[in-house]
Amino acid sequence: MTSIEQAAPWPEEDRPVENTGERASWFQVAPLVIVLSLFFGLPMIVVLVVSFFDFDRTDIIPAFILDNYVELFTREVTLRLYASSLKFAVMVWLVTLLLGFNIAYFLVFHVRSLLMQIGLFLVCTVPFLTSNIIRMISWIPFLGRNGIFNQSLQGAGITSKPLEFLLFSDFAVVVAYVHLFTLFMVVPIFNSMARIDKSLLEASRDAGAGRVRTVFEIVLPLSKTGIALGSIFVVTLVMGDSFVVRTMSGGQSASVVSALQNEVAALQYPPAAASAVIMVVIVTLMVAGILRLVDVRKELAR
Amino acid sequence: MSDGRSDMQNADGSRPWTFYAFAAFFGLFVLFLYGPMIVIYILSFQGPNGGMTFPLNGVSLHWFVALVSQTRVGDIAGSFTRSIALAAIVAVVTVLIAVLAGLAFRRPFRGSAFAFYLAIASLIMPGLFVGLGIALAFRLLGLPTAWLSSGLGAQLTWTLPFGLLIMFAVLGRFNRSYEEAAIDLGATNWQKLKEVTLPMLAPGIIGVVLFGFTLSYDEIARTALAAGAKNTLPLEIWAMTTNVTSPTLYAVGAVTTIVSFFVIVVALTSIGAIQSRRSRRSST
Repeated sequence: MTSIEQAAPWPEEDRPVENTGERASWFQVAPLVIVLSLFFGLPMIVVLVVSFFDFDRTDIIPAFILDNYVELFTREVTLRLYASSLKFAVMVWLVTLLLGFNIAYFLVFHVRSLLMQIGLFLVCTVPFLTSNIIRMISWIPFLGRNGIFNQSLQGAGITSKPLEFLLFSDFAVVVAYVHLFTLFMVVPIFNSMARIDKSLLEASRDAGAGRVRTVFEIVLPLSKTGIALGSIFVVTLVMGDSFVVRTMSGGQSASVVSALQNEVAALQYPPAAASAVIMVVIVTLMVAGILRLVDVRKELAR
Repeated sequence: MSDGRSDMQNADGSRPWTFYAFAAFFGLFVLFLYGPMIVIYILSFQGPNGGMTFPLNGVSLHWFVALVSQTRVGDIAGSFTRSIALAAIVAVVTVLIAVLAGLAFRRPFRGSAFAFYLAIASLIMPGLFVGLGIALAFRLLGLPTAWLSSGLGAQLTWTLPFGLLIMFAVLGRFNRSYEEAAIDLGATNWQKLKEVTLPMLAPGIIGVVLFGFTLSYDEIARTALAAGAKNTLPLEIWAMTTNVTSPTLYAVGAVTTIVSFFVIVVALTSIGAIQSRRSRRSST
């Protein structure tokens, strides 16, 4: 995301006076704004509006009622679903952060040749461009009751009977999330680290700091923009997912969004819309919290 | 740097032990990424009596044949055709709109912050919500949802922000003096764009096409509620995961991954070809 900095919107005082350049820019950006307004902005407004609608068994009925929200806040299951989604988000965030930071560190500071760096970076990126569902399914022969993992454990005599918790469990959900989303942590952190002047590390070493201290006092603070962006990606992806949690938990765990998907399947659109609105508010607060800790725009403008 | 020593290099220039630790860690990560995928490709050649896991009960193409011959499995061929067509359209639309928008952001303009945050919000919004909103909007407007209308729009909310971010990355490294030189030599704005800017941006533009195609081809969260009556391939596979318990699932996984790999290889080869032609030219 080297990128966002060049693109970072300009502060108010630098606003240009109107000129032909500005008009050209408007012309060029118009298709993007129109498509996103029609298929993202407008639908989100519709979700907000429908969350106040009434409904019966087959249809949605225009109205302005708060019932959908009242029910959402009074149902006991709501809290459980949020607890479940948050639990997955925190666990996956921790694991992907640990993996992403170390992978980026290796690629930036240990791999010397640029060609090798690009090659290894591509090795990490290619799976991201293949089907998420297939990558998720590919854990089934590994984690199943008679799967490779259990077979090798029993073969090695470590366990006598198959471990049941591997597949269709929270463990399987976290494994699949980490498998799918670690790249979203690697790329932003890689970009941040790539901009660190390597002589800073040498200076730190010369000043007597050890490896660990250099990482914590030089590399970590200078990578925090990437860590923040990666965290935003991972947290929003996990909080917004329903497909992984359904498949990998075998229906045993639920998340806010998978419950919402059930409501949609039952044609209960207004409660689903209300649930989506609250989720967006909560995710926005989480993103705002991350941005408060790390001023991404200021950091990117460096 | 007094003695040329750093954390990355021992005094004699050899690798420190941490390099090997990190390299091993990276190797394990790559195994974690690719291992399960490779296993299901192997298992897709399972014999006719084989199951969902090892041991291999013979080797056959049985499950690939079942993919096209058994109607029980679902409409794989139809959904596959739709997905390829949709991905091609998404790739073309994405590259046109994202490249244009990327160029817009090279100069400051009023409303740039709005356009930028609109794209970012579209990127991080949970996909299912976008699909829900589109489905509801079409419903209120009395329009039927279909993969080529609402489905296409839903996927663009995902591929356009990605395309824009790639354009930012590419344009950030772009040396403007070539364009200034073109203007100094009397090129019109259009000539400058056609003869200098776009050819220089070609590798990045291919990257946008690659992302547009593959992200659309594999998209599920946004498409699920917006695709209408006819499924795209990922939706068809998703339906299979709940009712198909045979290696057919792996066979379809192998096929769809081959398509993705093919597209990735074509894109990377063209980028490589452009770069090497460039470096040959600049060296002569």
